[in-house]
Amino acid sequence: MFIGHFTERPYQDPKSGYFGATGRNLMDLGMSNASYDPKLGADLYNRYLDERVFAEEMGFDGLMLNEHHSTPFCMGQVMNLEAAILARITSRAKIVLLGNILPIWDDPLFLAEELAEIDMISRGRLVTGWVRGTGRESVAHNAVPPYNWERFQEAHDFIVEAWTKPGPFRWEGEHYHYRYVNPWSRPYQEPHPQIWIPGVMSRNTVAWAAKHRYPYLMLATELQPTLESFQYYDEVAAEEGYEAGTEHRGYLFKVHVDETEELAEEAGRKYVQGPSNPFLEGNQGIVRPFIQNLPGLTQRNNLLPTMRSFAAAASRGRAGQHLKEQKKEAPPSPPKDTYVDQTEKLSIISGTPDTVIPKVRHVLETLRPGTIFFWDGDGAMSHDDQMRSLRLMGSDVIPAVREMADELDLKGPFEIDRADETETAAEEPVEGSGDAASQAAD
Amino acid sequence: MAEAVSYTEGELALATGRIKYLEQGSGPPVVVLHHSWGSPGWLPFHDRLAENHRVIVPDMPGWGGSERPAWARDPRDVAIITTRLLSRLELGDVKLVGLGFGGYVAAELATMNPSRLAHLILVGAAGLQPKTGEITDQMMLSHRKYIEESFRDAETYTAYVGDEPPDDIRQLWDLSREMTARLTWKPYMFNRRLEPLLGDLDVPTLIVWGERDKVVPFECAKQFEAAIPNARVEVVAGAGHVVELEEPERLATLVGRA
Repeated sequence: MFIGHFTERPYQDPKSGYFGATGRNLMDLGMSNASYDPKLGADLYNRYLDERVFAEEMGFDGLMLNEHHSTPFCMGQVMNLEAAILARITSRAKIVLLGNILPIWDDPLFLAEELAEIDMISRGRLVTGWVRGTGRESVAHNAVPPYNWERFQEAHDFIVEAWTKPGPFRWEGEHYHYRYVNPWSRPYQEPHPQIWIPGVMSRNTVAWAAKHRYPYLMLATELQPTLESFQYYDEVAAEEGYEAGTEHRGYLFKVHVDETEELAEEAGRKYVQGPSNPFLEGNQGIVRPFIQNLPGLTQRNNLLPTMRSFAAAASRGRAGQHLKEQKKEAPPSPPKDTYVDQTEKLSIISGTPDTVIPKVRHVLETLRPGTIFFWDGDGAMSHDDQMRSLRLMGSDVIPAVREMADELDLKGPFEIDRADETETAAEEPVEGSGDAASQAAD
Repeated sequence: MAEAVSYTEGELALATGRIKYLEQGSGPPVVVLHHSWGSPGWLPFHDRLAENHRVIVPDMPGWGGSERPAWARDPRDVAIITTRLLSRLELGDVKLVGLGFGGYVAAELATMNPSRLAHLILVGAAGLQPKTGEITDQMMLSHRKYIEESFRDAETYTAYVGDEPPDDIRQLWDLSREMTARLTWKPYMFNRRLEPLLGDLDVPTLIVWGERDKVVPFECAKQFEAAIPNARVEVVAGAGHVVELEEPERLATLVGRA
């Protein structure tokens, strides 16, 4: 079992008026950066890096970063920079990028070079992951949405070739053209860092990941549709002539642990307060559907069952269609407390270790993932909220989850030799601090 | 009492894909190229023109019933295919009318194949980067809001489209926007390589602009007029960007006189 930590690194600025009492609209791509405070930004970037170092000390196997643009809910615009810093200031945990937004790169050779450097500086701790991006990324970096999927695939092919094929060589593709591909850097890992593919609902992407045998990570989707998506991956794998295993299944979900149930609810409610991610679950922001659903960005009639989740549907610009379908199925129910609603369906798990661990077990039993990421310290959570949780993760939750994973035989991508699909011995333990760290390589 | 439908539907098989078009009338040929949001079908404007012209209204390649050339990356590609349409239909002395984005394609076509044209009529045409102001970016607006911007006011929009656009219209707008994005996501709705080629254009050109056009700045009318040797501007009082819908009589008269 590979256990990772994730936060979106929200830009928390109550003074801006977007999140505080003044009630300015939290509108996606509708907020001016005139109110951006770089001094606050400096504090936040450093805070989030410090928390990652502590997460490693507490025994997490991976530190996951993500990337969004022109939006306050994620400060990771250039996550490769954060990754490069973590490569130097951490020593054991994998640095998991989920992911670089391939279609917005006009020069993916730069990306191949950057990632190779990160892999070398970290001495082989990079896990690379690639995504197609949301509408806001296509708008922010002005990548033509109808060619998003073409560019994703070509950039992927190009980067893998740039990493693995001795140069110099030429590349004359549809979207990328190079007369001299010969980067003076190569990934530390042979043949290259593992590639994991995160996503929410593109059926194309699941099938593509399965064809490449890349682990697919569902990002905070509800349990049943997530399971169905994994099953779709399994079907494609079978068609491709191999049996998918737990090492191909990853799941990111919101888990916060705290010292008391009262503190856990107080902190847990902050997931849905402040600049939390407006296109996943439980946000207070206003999403503009026509931006998320840019022309040609995703193929129509090509949706995964996650469409059933209202938040995901609304974020992708199909709220109306979803509502119509929902009306057919059941009469509308009165609005619920968002936090309570999400805790009931385990979209948010927050509590003391005693209440959290059984819920995590339920998730593991239901989905059988070999990789999980706890999404914590987000929304309006403070540094103190995050540090309390990380301590309890290290002392209680991570050890318990490792036991469960052994019992349930949930193996992560680093416990399987991908060359011949057989299990390998656990990696050599590396010197860490704290009891939890010594268990990380189990 | 509804008038009998008298236009015909035609189809032409080109190597680049099938082209669908509507046709009615006889006389000097007029070809009308639609807006970026697609051809809504046979219009009163076409009827009025068909009284004394042979009127041909194609769905441009990738729009409506015409097959998408998946390789096309530029409005110029669509202009090239449209010249093939003129050749295959053996049309000469054509009055080529381009509406909005269709005007952009018409101007590109005129630079490469002027010999089949008698007159170029650009109506609220995109294609040039306005020296002041900007062309309204439909990609940052909902379909509804963008089309509403195309009319002189919200009331006129509602009168034409209704409170809620019907499903088939929504679908037309949605698929049309995708094709528009394929060709002119960036730069949006202009080509810096167009203006230099207009200087030697020897086709008489009429530039028509709705007085209340909120989509393409009037500045562009002046720029087309300055770039094309034999060009003049007509402003249609009270009209927005969709002159052909709001002032069909007036526009048909201007085309007829051209």
